[in-house]
Amino acid sequence: MTWKIALGIWMALVIAASFLYAPPALGLGEVSRIIFYHVPLAWVAVLAYLVSMVNAVQYLRTGRMEFDRRTSFNAEIGTVFALLATVTGAVFAKNTWGAYWNWDPRQTSIFVLLLIYAAYFALRSAVEEEEQRARLSSVYAILAFLTVPFLVFIIPRVYSTLHPDPIINVEGRLKMNTQMLQVFLASLAGFTGIYFWIYNLQTRIIKLQEKFKKDMRG
Amino acid sequence: MVTGFFIWVKQAAAILQKDIKVEFRTKYSLNSFLMFALTTLVLVSFSVGPYLLDEVVHSALIWIILFFSAMGGLARSFVKEQEKGTVYALKLSAVPETVYLGKFIYNLSLLFLVIIIVIPFYIFFLSPPVGNPGLLALVLFLGSLGLAAASTILAAIVSQANVKGNLLPVLAFPILLPLLTAAINGTRLALEGFPLGKAMAELQILISFFAIMFTVSLLLFNFVWET
Repeated sequence: MTWKIALGIWMALVIAASFLYAPPALGLGEVSRIIFYHVPLAWVAVLAYLVSMVNAVQYLRTGRMEFDRRTSFNAEIGTVFALLATVTGAVFAKNTWGAYWNWDPRQTSIFVLLLIYAAYFALRSAVEEEEQRARLSSVYAILAFLTVPFLVFIIPRVYSTLHPDPIINVEGRLKMNTQMLQVFLASLAGFTGIYFWIYNLQTRIIKLQEKFKKDMRG
Repeated sequence: MVTGFFIWVKQAAAILQKDIKVEFRTKYSLNSFLMFALTTLVLVSFSVGPYLLDEVVHSALIWIILFFSAMGGLARSFVKEQEKGTVYALKLSAVPETVYLGKFIYNLSLLFLVIIIVIPFYIFFLSPPVGNPGLLALVLFLGSLGLAAASTILAAIVSQANVKGNLLPVLAFPILLPLLTAAINGTRLALEGFPLGKAMAELQILISFFAIMFTVSLLLFNFVWET
């Protein structure tokens, strides 16, 4: 309980600091403050998708239903965060590039990511039998995850992008001043904390579902 | 080990032979696949009419025709086993990986046949400039390898779903997008007449996409196939 209150205070401080403490980036102006939300949202989306994929592999290895539940739960959370990252990115794009959407390679890749998981949910709703659904959708989740390196590393190299350098770029250097970096890392930690909160809730829901099913049978 | 591999190849060849024999008796898959591709092509040709298109539009149209007709044509390969009830006999008698391999080669040959017929028709109706025919053939060849590898395992997944209708294109599009982007760009370069060296990046993407899809499909097919 205490860590949840601490997380609440932490996030409130991050939000206040992102507007009051950190200076705006040179050349971009006040719009640059969106980085304190956009990047952590994208990071949590990637984290949730990764956990989802790992659970899909685990399901195929063990055949235990809780792994499949976790796969779909994390896919849902990843989709919510990816949508938020897309929207914040589009707002940034409107203010700096002049249009909400212009099929920049980065926008293309997040769009395809959303499409993949939309297809994943479509597949899940098309199979009625529980175990079969788990098996087929796990295979699809792994297959779909394989296209991510093409979208993230290869396509943006072949076609040029306007997107600002990812924080960990090729040179491995951070291009922020100290105050920005402090707020940025604090925000990253805060959002990761929120993800773990959701993950915790998931575990409890899955346990309750299992218990409920057992009670129904017995 | 060597004899094991030999049995493996023999089984895959037997499944391929069976599929070809069934296909020659009805000619249903090939006919519907081909007619779908040709009607789309004629529709495109009608709507474009006398206007001159540039190479970008030509290459996009070629791959849109190929993608959607492949989705229609290749979805049948596993559904027909399910409908006739032969799927259980196949599950009992063959190693899962050989089923994938046999179906993959069968789908690939269907795709090749359609490409061999449709592309000359495309050139006939819409007269795109073909600057480098060799590169065009290479891009089509490598593109159809990846297309067949991915859609074979996806068709197996779809055949087990309760709603089979339009699921295959929905599942295949996001997975095939890297392949399609590279193939469309490679086709554009071929139409504009660039030499082979200029399209190296696209060819590498196509080859690696096929290699990854093929290997992982072989690894995962067991899970799709078992009941």
